Amino acid sequence: MGQPGPSPNVYFSPGGEGDPGMPPGSGDRRPRILGGGDSSARNVWIAVASTVIFFGFIALIVVRSPGWPEIKESFFNGAEFRASFPVILQKFVRNIFIFCIAEVLVLILALFIAVLRSLPGPVFTPLRIMAAAYTDLFRGVPTILVILLLGYGMPALNLQGIPDNDYLWGILALTLVYSAYVAEVYRAGIQSVHPSQVAAARSLGLSRWRSMRHVVLPQAVRRVIPPLLNDFIGLQKDSALVFVLGVVDALGQAQIIQQGDFNFTPLVALSLIFIVITIPQARLVDWLIARDQRKRQSSAAV
Amino acid sequence: MTRAVEIRGLHKSFDDLEVLKGIDLAVDSHEVVCLIGASGSGKSTLLRCINLLEPIDAGSIAIGDEEITAHGVNVDATRRRVGIVFQAFNLFPHMTVLRNVTLAPREVLKASKADAERDAMALLERFGLADKASDYPDRLSGGQQQRVAIVRALAMKPDILLLDEVTSALDPVLVAEVLDQIRELAEQGMTMIIATHEMGFARDVANRVFFLHQGQILEEGPPDRIFSEPEQEETRRFLDRIIAAGRM
Repeated sequence: MGQPGPSPNVYFSPGGEGDPGMPPGSGDRRPRILGGGDSSARNVWIAVASTVIFFGFIALIVVRSPGWPEIKESFFNGAEFRASFPVILQKFVRNIFIFCIAEVLVLILALFIAVLRSLPGPVFTPLRIMAAAYTDLFRGVPTILVILLLGYGMPALNLQGIPDNDYLWGILALTLVYSAYVAEVYRAGIQSVHPSQVAAARSLGLSRWRSMRHVVLPQAVRRVIPPLLNDFIGLQKDSALVFVLGVVDALGQAQIIQQGDFNFTPLVALSLIFIVITIPQARLVDWLIARDQRKRQSSAAV
Repeated sequence: MTRAVEIRGLHKSFDDLEVLKGIDLAVDSHEVVCLIGASGSGKSTLLRCINLLEPIDAGSIAIGDEEITAHGVNVDATRRRVGIVFQAFNLFPHMTVLRNVTLAPREVLKASKADAERDAMALLERFGLADKASDYPDRLSGGQQQRVAIVRALAMKPDILLLDEVTSALDPVLVAEVLDQIRELAEQGMTMIIATHEMGFARDVANRVFFLHQGQILEEGPPDRIFSEPEQEETRRFLDRIIAAGRM
């Protein structure tokens, strides 16, 4: 019996099938931030002028409001910023180290859990239960608790062979927590691939595993790149939590300066660093999606 | 003549709904058989059972002289011998046409990349699709997609090809190109079981026609007899409805 539902080829096409004869990009009707969808020169100038006036007006209100000098002194102190920024940035390398390793581990562990949870048939019930329990557990416990439990708890056992390394436990805790989220993202992607795709793969003689690997997972992963990157941005920010273990990461460093100088500008500087690293990642995702769309729609030219 | 498929006493239910109620059907090598009948009569389910996409409740299915519904049969090995083409094409949208066609030969038959691609290109060439090899499926018309799906099934060199209402999802103007491809396969001696609503085509291409009604084969015979002098009242009523709908 054929499954009811959409055509299997709705892959990545937002809202219905595109006309195959359509030139690439001509279907792009999304409103843009700049220019509101129309790119004629006059409209661009109007957009720029109105934006400058609007935000200039807001800035004027803020800097002329009472209390602004105190806020500026405490949060946006230029001298403090120049002094602390390079030091914090230097320690931010430790955060990058932590979240890069955690991200690689998350990608692998989460995929493993998602595949376990998607195994069909009654034989695999215990594995499915295990994967579901893992997800429930690590999505439920606050990240900082997992970091504390592992980072202080494990070394305190004084067992032979259990290392006392704050980075190790911090990375492990982040990996365990974020794998739970990312596994759910993967699973949603796996379930979004129409069952007829699996039927087609199996009917050609591909085993269950090969169907998963060649047909289901490539489609699933492509669909979930944006939510996946969202979780990674969360992970990158939470890398700062490792400072509760006594690691002097960027946050630890910023707090040391803040407490020494009684000034919050170092924390603002660190916020800025986090913002600056996340924005390119968001653009990267947009670009990846657009490239995939283009690749599949303009291939007729070959 | 050797036996290609032999089905005996096949029963299949989905929960409480019995879809196939004891099907007996035998197809010889190089024979083309059409299954006709109303939607819901069990045609698709029967084809999916032959491909082992649906587990059966009772009865047996043999391909050649191997009983594929026996215990311990290698399901994947069996499927290599039985190709199926679906109503909705089910091409892999993330792969080019060439990759769609070469995936199973490479992964299942362990053909080298060069061999698989050479064979695939030869097949695509034969059916006028060579210039589409590097396209992704959603750049193709429905008719082209379905022809690629047929080529993909052929690339496994199956003993039998099952076609499940392969023109039902197509614009009327695109139906002919797919039917021509199937006709060509029939002339070349491909063993096929075809579920179809295209009565003119069935009459044209089939050696025998089976009329399914509510999960049973009510009548079978050469197309000329079935279409001009059906013995069963139900068959006559079905054909009258088809004629009234302008499908024959």
